[in-house]
Amino acid sequence: MKIGVTATGKDLESQMDPRFGRCAYFILVDPDTEEFEAVDNPGVSAGGGAGIQAAQAFIKQGAEALITGYCGPNAFDVLAAGGIKIYQASEMSVREVLNHYKKGELKEISTPGKANRGKGSR
Amino acid sequence: MRQLVITSGKGGTGKTTVTAGFIALAGEKVVADADVEAPNQHLLLNPQLVEKGEYKGAKMAVKDAERCEQCGKCEEYCRFNAIRDMEVEPTACEGCGVCVFVCPTGALCLEEVTTGVTMISKTGYGSFSHALLEIGAEGSGKLVTEVRRNAEKIMQDEPLLLIDGPPGIGCPVIASLTGTDLALIVAEPSVSGRHDLERIHQVAQHFEVDALVCINKWDLSPEMSKDIEKYCEDEGVNLVGKIPFDPGVMDVYQQGLPVERLLQTKAGEAIAEIWEQVRGHLFQ
Amino acid sequence: MIISILSGKGGTGKTTAAVNLAVSLAAKNEKVLLLDADVEEPNAGLYLKPVLEESLPVSIPVPQIDEQRCDYCGECADFCQFNALAVAQKVVITFPELCHACGGCTLVCPKEAIKEVGREIGLVEKGWAESIGFRQGRLNIGEPFAIPVTRTLKEGLADIKDSIVIIDSPAGVSCPVIEAVRGSDFALLVTEPTPFGRHDLGLALEMVEHLGIPHGVVINRAGDDNSTVSELCQEKNVPIMLEIEFSSRLASLGAEGIPFSKALPYWQDRFYEVYQSVKEKCLCAN
Repeated sequence: MKIGVTATGKDLESQMDPRFGRCAYFILVDPDTEEFEAVDNPGVSAGGGAGIQAAQAFIKQGAEALITGYCGPNAFDVLAAGGIKIYQASEMSVREVLNHYKKGELKEISTPGKANRGKGSR
Repeated sequence: MRQLVITSGKGGTGKTTVTAGFIALAGEKVVADADVEAPNQHLLLNPQLVEKGEYKGAKMAVKDAERCEQCGKCEEYCRFNAIRDMEVEPTACEGCGVCVFVCPTGALCLEEVTTGVTMISKTGYGSFSHALLEIGAEGSGKLVTEVRRNAEKIMQDEPLLLIDGPPGIGCPVIASLTGTDLALIVAEPSVSGRHDLERIHQVAQHFEVDALVCINKWDLSPEMSKDIEKYCEDEGVNLVGKIPFDPGVMDVYQQGLPVERLLQTKAGEAIAEIWEQVRGHLFQ
Repeated sequence: MIISILSGKGGTGKTTAAVNLAVSLAAKNEKVLLLDADVEEPNAGLYLKPVLEESLPVSIPVPQIDEQRCDYCGECADFCQFNALAVAQKVVITFPELCHACGGCTLVCPKEAIKEVGREIGLVEKGWAESIGFRQGRLNIGEPFAIPVTRTLKEGLADIKDSIVIIDSPAGVSCPVIEAVRGSDFALLVTEPTPFGRHDLGLALEMVEHLGIPHGVVINRAGDDNSTVSELCQEKNVPIMLEIEFSSRLASLGAEGIPFSKALPYWQDRFYEVYQSVKEKCLCAN
């Protein structure tokens, strides 16, 4: 079982990136073994629809849950379609986020945040 | 950290002047010029360039002449009239990839192209993020996002990011507005100014950004100013001040004087009062 | 003859110039069609107060998935450069507001499960302002792409042989501006004698040179010393075709939405001279 955390760097000591669509990396980690890998987020350089592209890429990683700061309505729709549970955390290291998650302390995001629409399209 | 964007809808209402006044008044801040097509703020701030970046804002179809069999399928399928006489016209190409897909010999591919330049500069007023998009290039919205991202990157612990916004209501404006804490709409007292104020206000509402309004050069038409005041009242928008028409402002610009000198003009005094109000809304 | 009125900088007076040129030519019994191509903020109508007779919605074709045929292979989402489609397990989600209407998804779908349906993004309106033919385009609030509206607005222009077409273009030098001015016989660049006006005039000149459109400059809000912009014009060998001196009279007429050449008829002669000069230069260019 693995979960994904949006991150600014490539390891568990990196800071969590609060944005989903244009975060630098997804850190995919098995909460029990703490084995992890960092994957580039293609949404970072998207013209428009970064959140959509990020969500598609995230779903392909096979994680069951995502932990991030906030994600916009487009990304939310795609993640929901992919059956991904989304949890919210605030700015801290990926390791600290993981600890909070394991203790069940993170809130599930059931509605998307404000859209960051139109930041790239044309 | 709070983000304030100065916007207008109509061009030429005085965004750059109001922003310049705020730049002189506000404390620690980072400034961003989000008008990437025709930036003007740099003309006032005397920036020293620190970092330049290539902006690869679009993909464009590129033809390999050796593989082309002149079948014309690309021209037939292109919806943007971007292939003429079997050559790609860069100002029209949208980088959609249809021609690449339909070409039977693989003579076309999509390549990232440099369509502008991003800049980070130092000024006497704080760090400054700006950019210039190549004429007619695509991707102005994304470049605005880059300018904002660079501004956020260079921030240390300044409490304010001040964004000089672009005119219009299209993509670059949307990109300059979304996710900011507050928009100050600079309105012009004329029928077109009134008309455009409504449209930019609707855009702000559509993207859920709080908005305030000020009227620039209000005394060029006291009647139209009243009209705008009424609009604000009817719509429940805060009108935070009126700036008089002041030829002194142009003198400051023509003489290349620093932006602090704006504050000594009549217009500058009004801008200072507006800043107090805006600051209150922004940091409450 | 198609004359575009444009400017790098916003607020220099394009619409003012376009409207007054139209009014002046009509006063001299020329047939005139004015196109307001500033589809984000169309203002010419506020001055000309046309009676609108026709209203055409502008739609762009966006994908609709037939989920009976779709097997969720994801080809369409992989192809789309604009992220307007996402495929997740047994769901396809379209994001029409990101769609550039290229038609690619309909071509790549192996099951032919995608057809296109229209999505309205704006409006083109046609009518008359007394004897002046009038068209304007209007982009819906929140829509990012102006160009399809501009294209619809300009449809059929090439067939108009008996009128002088004046195109009031948007400010700047972006794609919608290029779309508006493309194919014009002449471009009038409106500027103001300030450092901002000069900077943006430089950009606008680059653009019309690239497009190969003969051009001249109109200095609006001219004063005693216009060297900020006239020097650039001299440098680039661009003719200054008209200077509109700043006056509070003109400013208040403009603020009230009155074309000043209507209130002050001697301006009609001045604008007519500009038109004759444009005609001469076009003949030379050909």
